[in-house]
Amino acid sequence: MISYLWPRFLVERDLRRCIRCGVCTRQCAFEVHHLYEEEDWVYSDESACVGCLRCVTLCPTKALVVRPNPTQPPPNANWTTEYLQNIYKQAETGGVLLTGMGCDKGYPVYWDRMVLDASQVSNPSIDPLREPMELRTYLGAKPDSLEVERVEGRPVLHTKLAPQLELAVPIMFSAISYGAISYNACESLARAAAELGTFYNTGEGGLHRNLYRYGKNTICQVASGRFGVHADYLEVAAALEIKIGQGAKPGIGGHLPGEKVTGEISRTRMIPRGTDALSPAPHHDIYSIEDLAQLVYALKEATDWEKPVSVKIAAVHNSAAIASGIVRAGADIVVLDGIRGGTGAAPTMIRDNVGIPVELALAAVDDRLRREGIRNRASLVVAGGIRCSADVVKAIALGADAVYIGTAALVALGCHVCQRCYTGKCNWGIATQDPRLTRRLNPDVGARRLVNLVRAWSHEIMEMLGGMGINAIESLRGNRLKLRGVGLNQEELEILGIRHAGR
Amino acid sequence: MSVGKGISVIRRGKLPRFVEDSTGYEVVLRAEGLHWRELNRLVKREAARGAARIKLEGVCGHRYIGTGVREPVELVVRGVPGNDLGAFMNGPRVVVYGNAQDGVGNTMNGGEIIIHGRAGDILAMGMRGGRILVREGVGYRAAIHMKEYGNCRPVLVIGGGVQDFLGEYMAGGLVVVLRLHGRKGEFERARHVGTGMHGGLILVRGEVGEQQLGREAACVPADEGDLEILGPLVEEYTRHFGGDPDQIMSGVFTRIYPRSHRPFGGLYAY
Repeated sequence: MISYLWPRFLVERDLRRCIRCGVCTRQCAFEVHHLYEEEDWVYSDESACVGCLRCVTLCPTKALVVRPNPTQPPPNANWTTEYLQNIYKQAETGGVLLTGMGCDKGYPVYWDRMVLDASQVSNPSIDPLREPMELRTYLGAKPDSLEVERVEGRPVLHTKLAPQLELAVPIMFSAISYGAISYNACESLARAAAELGTFYNTGEGGLHRNLYRYGKNTICQVASGRFGVHADYLEVAAALEIKIGQGAKPGIGGHLPGEKVTGEISRTRMIPRGTDALSPAPHHDIYSIEDLAQLVYALKEATDWEKPVSVKIAAVHNSAAIASGIVRAGADIVVLDGIRGGTGAAPTMIRDNVGIPVELALAAVDDRLRREGIRNRASLVVAGGIRCSADVVKAIALGADAVYIGTAALVALGCHVCQRCYTGKCNWGIATQDPRLTRRLNPDVGARRLVNLVRAWSHEIMEMLGGMGINAIESLRGNRLKLRGVGLNQEELEILGIRHAGR
Repeated sequence: MSVGKGISVIRRGKLPRFVEDSTGYEVVLRAEGLHWRELNRLVKREAARGAARIKLEGVCGHRYIGTGVREPVELVVRGVPGNDLGAFMNGPRVVVYGNAQDGVGNTMNGGEIIIHGRAGDILAMGMRGGRILVREGVGYRAAIHMKEYGNCRPVLVIGGGVQDFLGEYMAGGLVVVLRLHGRKGEFERARHVGTGMHGGLILVRGEVGEQQLGREAACVPADEGDLEILGPLVEEYTRHFGGDPDQIMSGVFTRIYPRSHRPFGGLYAY
């Protein structure tokens, strides 16, 4: 069958600059570039190009430009390139459209419709470079009240506190499984989390033996496939997370194709080599909030009640009621993953059309838990499209205790968001298991890049806090007076619980 | 959460009330009036102290028995244990004199569970190692997503019948269904057996109708190799629950197996 697809990108090579060194041919796992040394000629097969810019970045003479293909179908507001190409692809394969990373549709990003406050004249702003500024955050259930007794002038706490995660910064690395990303990427995240005094999340692919040493900074996930979940895995974790849903693919499970289940991944996931690793859509032991409570308590019982248990859901229409149930089911942390949350592979239709923006879910959930008087019983973590430190600050002002960053962390490692994670050919050595590609990501460098990113964001967060005259992140949590909407309608303002700028 | 009189009594130092007989090797715990959390705390404590056998008397819906116990202790349960018996279990041997409820052996990694009665739904879900023997029948979705890996190969022997979705998503391990107990035609009514199955093996005494199977599973009469696997397991079953192994083995057996290890390989447009 002749393919009707046309190249999405144009690869332009400046022949005066090109020295026929072959770097581009070696760097591209999609085999776009072909060097014919005898003819002194480099040919680029643009139809294979995914626009990841690896060749452009590494070309020593900067001879390459990759840009969207200006060739377009006849102008039509409805039948755009995207829809046409999807139909051609499905007509040619009969398959479900797959994609990677988060939703790229232009749904409103509410972070960009909210602005922060700053002190002027009264309540003077604080300079974090010279004055103390606290970003430390504790995740876990907080008691309804504290019973404190004064013994010989010193306070003694009688209330037994639930286990807490102590974060030096309110930013953690999202659940990304070994299998979706390479071992080197996992190690980069683990080492950066340890150095930063925060946490990374294993995702559902188990924990590689070599990474057990970072257990103090590891949140181990228990998902429907229960891959790699065994006694040591539960014991080494700082906290356990039950993954119910994921923002990129609410309501569905996942398939790690058999060809990616290599020796190390089979050992880590504890499944046979070469078989499809199927994550069922639901946990088959959870059909109700009561069942969820049963798993929450099973995990607590399995770990002697020493670790917080988190429950992660995708942000959907009814998140507030669901979150209320989750808190009542005994979860110490509730994670909301919004529609822009990333993935290694998801059906395109699901990724782009199911779920809601996390900002709205966060506001609704925080509201609901407060109204019900149970907000203290669990911490709220949001994920899915946190792109910069201002997003973090706005999320906390809206009611979050902390955020997870996934895409931003991978971008720090080199990801250019080409959305082809599912092919396993990631030229940046992140979303691949091909040893030729994975060695491109050095964990020393990867960890450094992540630490740099989060340190930089921390400084920026402190600056924003200081500007508001606040010296502790706790004083910002749920402080929606520090937010104002710009260009939002009444309903949106009401859901977000903020006023419009100017009011 | 109410942990009832258990904790208050312990605070007053009257724990021996629940420990009727402590020989140093065998401990008897009375579960009546105890919250599951308290009962399991006592079990863990006694196991850590080196008890070889812990007898749990009067168990009534207590959850998670055997969960989080790392020692190779034997737990003897009288009464009806609650859901998630042996969830995440990795070591103990649990013998239940009674029926068990849902979630027995959930994500179990090692050890042994012997049930002198029935078991409920999602028995052995995600089980990766160890063995479970049930004298009678079991509920829906038994052996769902059972796996195997390296030397770990879980074994589940069901003495009676099963309900729908036996071995759904099954990725490894061995399930034996003997159909010795239960109502007539119970097994024949089970549907969607092996739906999404992509590994492992189910051996059933008697014949299996094609209409009972999910799309991803197939069945053939058991061969010599299958019977060799079956022999010792049937023997083990009769050792625990009685019966004549030769008589059980004399019938025909059917093997249910996955059509492919990659059931959804062609689903996507790359």
